[in-house]
Amino acid sequence: MTTITTARPALSRVASAALVGRPGADTGRSDPGHSPAAPAATGADPLPLLCRRCGSRYDPAPIAICEECLGPLDPFYDRHRALPSRTTIEARPASLWRYREWLPFDGSPAHSLDTGCTPLVEAPALARAIGVARAWVKNDSVSHPTLSFKDRVVAAAINAASAFGLGTFGCASTGNLANAVAAHAARAGLPAWIFIPHDLELGKVVGTLVYGAHVVRVRGTYDDVNRLCAQVADRFGWGIANVNLRSYYGEGSKTVAFEIAEQLGWRLPAAVIAPMAGGSLVTKLRKGFAEFHLAGLVDGELPRLYGAQATGCQPIARLVESRGDRLIPEIPQTIARSIAIGNPADGLTAAAALRETGGWAAAVSDEALVRGIRILAESTGIFTETAGGATVAAALALAKSGHLRPDDEVVLCITGNGLKTVEAVTAALGEAPIIAPRLREVEPLVAALAGQQDPEPLVAASH
Amino acid sequence: MPITIALPNVLARLADGHRTVEGSGGTLGDVVADVTARYPSLRPRLVDEGGNPYPFVTYYLNDEDIRFAGGFGAAVNDGDEVIVVPAVAGG
Repeated sequence: MTTITTARPALSRVASAALVGRPGADTGRSDPGHSPAAPAATGADPLPLLCRRCGSRYDPAPIAICEECLGPLDPFYDRHRALPSRTTIEARPASLWRYREWLPFDGSPAHSLDTGCTPLVEAPALARAIGVARAWVKNDSVSHPTLSFKDRVVAAAINAASAFGLGTFGCASTGNLANAVAAHAARAGLPAWIFIPHDLELGKVVGTLVYGAHVVRVRGTYDDVNRLCAQVADRFGWGIANVNLRSYYGEGSKTVAFEIAEQLGWRLPAAVIAPMAGGSLVTKLRKGFAEFHLAGLVDGELPRLYGAQATGCQPIARLVESRGDRLIPEIPQTIARSIAIGNPADGLTAAAALRETGGWAAAVSDEALVRGIRILAESTGIFTETAGGATVAAALALAKSGHLRPDDEVVLCITGNGLKTVEAVTAALGEAPIIAPRLREVEPLVAALAGQQDPEPLVAASH
Repeated sequence: MPITIALPNVLARLADGHRTVEGSGGTLGDVVADVTARYPSLRPRLVDEGGNPYPFVTYYLNDEDIRFAGGFGAAVNDGDEVIVVPAVAGG
């Protein structure tokens, strides 16, 4: 056997784990590609980690994979820790850190203290269109600061990166995570390296570059980018949000569930629908609702969880329908770039979350998801991106197939902003006329519509 | 020329600290068997009890996910490169 590169011999399981992710730790030498000198660790202390498969326990470290079985690592929460009451939570500042006892840190976080607490908007016209009793939109399209739910996970990841003293922050991304990592890194004063598919929507590329991040466009799909980033994390020892910081990062998604429960008046909806890409969000929704239930903050039945995908990339939906236990990856072919992950890391767990809560999955065509974007806009005033359009279209499909019931109270998780993916809907909307600034040019436009019946609205007017 | 397998850092310690190892064989499964014969501790991390890849560990043969290329039965040639990547979250 020929040795090509070498790693420093492991000191112990925990010690070697802690070394992974440190600049130069694997070679013991400096390298021009490595991070600048790591800053001093700051902020809250990340929690220890526990393997979801084999139960191995690790000291806090920028690792996400068990050395024993390669299973995913989750933060380990002390089940005897003091938990806050509803009143205590309500008195805290309006950010996701009001739920800090369920986030993977001890102590006070240092960064991104103002993310979270997005609106929960009741949508009666949308409820009528879907055919359910009541519907709400969890509107993360106005998340602070980058207009998607990825601000939540990155708020957790940036604090982990800072606490571990990692000198560079980064991610593999389909766009929204790129925006969030670049923005949160800029605020925290960390350099960011962002890897994205080469043909991402312009808004998402510009919305990353503007923060001064190093953006690398990779020829290939997101799955290709992901593979590269796993190697980058190993090679350079950077803090990659969804690779070696994944154990901490993912926990931020639970705050969607916490906020829904609190904003509904400390109760649970019958059903929640969310888009699925890597599959993490629905698994963390399940975990979040269960944790609040266990804490006695809410009671009643846990929500049925439903997942939305595009027909051009539906590995998790197929897994749900087949009731199988082996995910078959796909090569994505959809305009819904933010959910175009053909090899979803949390696919198995996501499928189990849907099935075990009594929910289901639906995949919708690109045409249907564009219509979903327009339905949401016309019924709620919320302009979402393609993933949100898929979520709305999936809700319509799930109601039609009987999975959503007429007496259901449903929350739709709208995870991103439509201004990032205007390419997706432009062709469906038609041209706006261009005129000179003269009244006589307006008059024929109005006259042309007089006597004409307005086109049938996508959503019925309220009564 | 042998086939190269790039291991994630988390497995390097089980290959005497080598992040890249080499093996030989006619199929990817043969190469993995060859490598794990020399580093027995790697075997339960690289293949399940049935000798198949785990669903949460992805193998890429010359940049292609082996699940699109015949799995462990995929034919390999001298100089091919294999990358082993544990599952990564979405983005």
